Amino acid sequence: MVDAVDDYSESQPVENVSLHNSDEGPSSKNGQNIHSSLTNHHSSLTAHHSLLPHDRLEPLKGWGGAVGAAAYVYRPSTLEQLKECFELAKRTGKHVTLRGAGRSYGDASLGRENIVIELTRMNRILAWDAKTGIITCEPGVTIEQLWRFAIEDGYWPPVVSGTMYPTLGGVLGANIHGKNNFKAGPIGEHVLSFDFLTPSGEELHVEHGSDLFYSIVGSFGMLGAFTKITLKLKKVYSGDLDVKVFNPANLHELFEVFERQLPQSDYLVGWIDAFASGNSFGRSIVHQANYLALGIDPIPAKTLRVAYQDLPDMILGLVPKSIMWMFLRPFTNQLGFKLINWAKYVSSRFSPKTEFRQAHAAFAFLLDYVPNWKRSYGEGGLIQFQSFIPKETAEATFRKQLELCQREQLVPLLAVFKRHRPDQFLLTHAVDGYSLALDFKVTESNRKNLWALTSKLTEIVLAAGGRFYMAKDATLTPDAFRQYLGEETLSKFRELKHRFDLDGILESELSKRLEIR
Amino acid sequence: MKQWKRVIVVGASAGIGKALAEALLKEGSSVALVSRNEGAMNAIAHRYPGKALVFPHDVRHYEEVPALFQRIAHDLGGLDLIIYAAGIMREYEPHEYNFTKDRETIEVNTLGAFAWLDETAKRFEQVKGGTIIGISSIAGERGRSGNVPYFASKAALTTYLESLRNRLSKYKVKVVTIKPGFVDTAMLLNADGSRKSFIPWLISPERAAQLILRAASRGKNTAYIPGRWRFVSMVMHLMPSFIFRRLSF
Repeated sequence: MVDAVDDYSESQPVENVSLHNSDEGPSSKNGQNIHSSLTNHHSSLTAHHSLLPHDRLEPLKGWGGAVGAAAYVYRPSTLEQLKECFELAKRTGKHVTLRGAGRSYGDASLGRENIVIELTRMNRILAWDAKTGIITCEPGVTIEQLWRFAIEDGYWPPVVSGTMYPTLGGVLGANIHGKNNFKAGPIGEHVLSFDFLTPSGEELHVEHGSDLFYSIVGSFGMLGAFTKITLKLKKVYSGDLDVKVFNPANLHELFEVFERQLPQSDYLVGWIDAFASGNSFGRSIVHQANYLALGIDPIPAKTLRVAYQDLPDMILGLVPKSIMWMFLRPFTNQLGFKLINWAKYVSSRFSPKTEFRQAHAAFAFLLDYVPNWKRSYGEGGLIQFQSFIPKETAEATFRKQLELCQREQLVPLLAVFKRHRPDQFLLTHAVDGYSLALDFKVTESNRKNLWALTSKLTEIVLAAGGRFYMAKDATLTPDAFRQYLGEETLSKFRELKHRFDLDGILESELSKRLEIR
Repeated sequence: MKQWKRVIVVGASAGIGKALAEALLKEGSSVALVSRNEGAMNAIAHRYPGKALVFPHDVRHYEEVPALFQRIAHDLGGLDLIIYAAGIMREYEPHEYNFTKDRETIEVNTLGAFAWLDETAKRFEQVKGGTIIGISSIAGERGRSGNVPYFASKAALTTYLESLRNRLSKYKVKVVTIKPGFVDTAMLLNADGSRKSFIPWLISPERAAQLILRAASRGKNTAYIPGRWRFVSMVMHLMPSFIFRRLSF
């Protein structure tokens, strides 16, 4: 049994744990026997200023709970305080990791034994124009804040994640996409401008469309911190969406439904029963949602109220949602989820309700429907393996992936399918094709096999010319990272890193794992 | 057996500390070696490249501990287990009362432990978890007439560890008090290098390390090494003073 205090498990199996020396900074290399001599560093050891207060130490985790690392956490509430945090890092010789709401699945917002700057307190909405839908926010404003604030004026965030809790800073750092990626692109495309603070203290104002704009958005906190973000929200004429349900009987049908429905969809998302085999292999449920045009909703003032959007507190009017995850717990295993997946498909397949109206929040934030559902996965947490595959090879690739999971008896408990379109962002994850997101439960006993499986899945993705997404990733290797981004992109990114963060102050467990410097 | 990923061993250059460090390194743990004897630590580190870090330090330099501790935690990438194994036993002549030696013993065996383990406790309380192993001794069970400051230093350490355990248990921090009997280390040698005469139930440091890690991974609060010393301890505790003071050990 492995005992690790702040992370009972790591992104790597235990035998790969290696040491790094603080004095060597971000370029320290694994696998060397490092000899630290007290006499050489005597001044830095005895000098009091090199100490960070122990009560700042917090055991942080990635959202999936499968990776964690203790760090000294600071939560500035102003730009001045944010600058002081960078100064503190320089003074104490520590690295800095930027963190929003900590909603990345993997290790993107973790910085082991270093300073983590959590921007959740810089959460003011600074300007709002209800005529144009243009809003200016601090980086800690969450998607939840945004929609709650704007909806009564008839606006909805143009791109949202499956949960409403991420901060805008984090959302831009990962350049997130939603169920409308094929149509609306990633969130970055809706940002008009932003202010940006680099570790060296340089303050930039970046306008949409510039080269810098496309390089900084999606650079997962490696170049600096967003300090002010202006974006344009989507005008909506109702608090409801028109939702249609389709039930493809297998993987091929799923692709057919998507291709057929794409032109007339605002949102499109598929859920696959990854346990189904034989003729039913890839059977799924597809939800299509469309905005209502002006005048369609007879009671828009009512549906655009926050109270109308709020998810119910009780499930079936019986069980408080706050404890629902406990009831899921007995099912978060291969057999239990086979049952749930089957029941879900069958109930949808035979449900007479194939067209209905649903509130934006209820449709968008599926992951918030059962609060703390990840707890049902138990102590080991979960990882998500999401890959983005060009449309030509997507079906064959996802078939291979799902077959491999079934063969290895590590079937994802949740498999979500989406359509994407390419964009101009430097470190983009998007392709003209599809993505499949696979949620795996992590336990002490399956950890090694699971990482071996993700390594094989990664090979399949690379062979198909696919891409990955830093907001989800927990398992990628430096080689795979280099391979899908390409040397040209990486050297361009390294130039920027060099320009904005010469001393390599910004790093994360993800950047260390992928050897991004 | 439980595997601790990131470990500090204070007093790692010789004796039980060295055996523990090596046992943990063999298990695949990353270990920060702390002791005055840099050469001895380097010799260990050479055999475990990439797994052992060397930090020369005199445990009596208490003011160095907070910064050194933070730095080691940084370099290890966290901390799951700390073992305080630094200890000395000075020789006393039959009629000798020597405050300099007394103080040195308390400084190394007790105060050094306070300095390191206080720092550890602060951290473990914050991150809600971790294991602390303190190498005390069967010698701390009663105030025998032999090596007065050594017995007193270990008695203080034993009580300190118990208090720490009671204080930290609500943070899921495990504190293990280790009470070895006779272990075949330099402590049992006379000034001329010969071994002391009466040494019952002698075990090797490697065997002691094995028993200590086993006890800790089984979640023991206190472990006698080897276990039969528990009965000796019981007898000693039961013995009334008018008999105990007449015994010649």
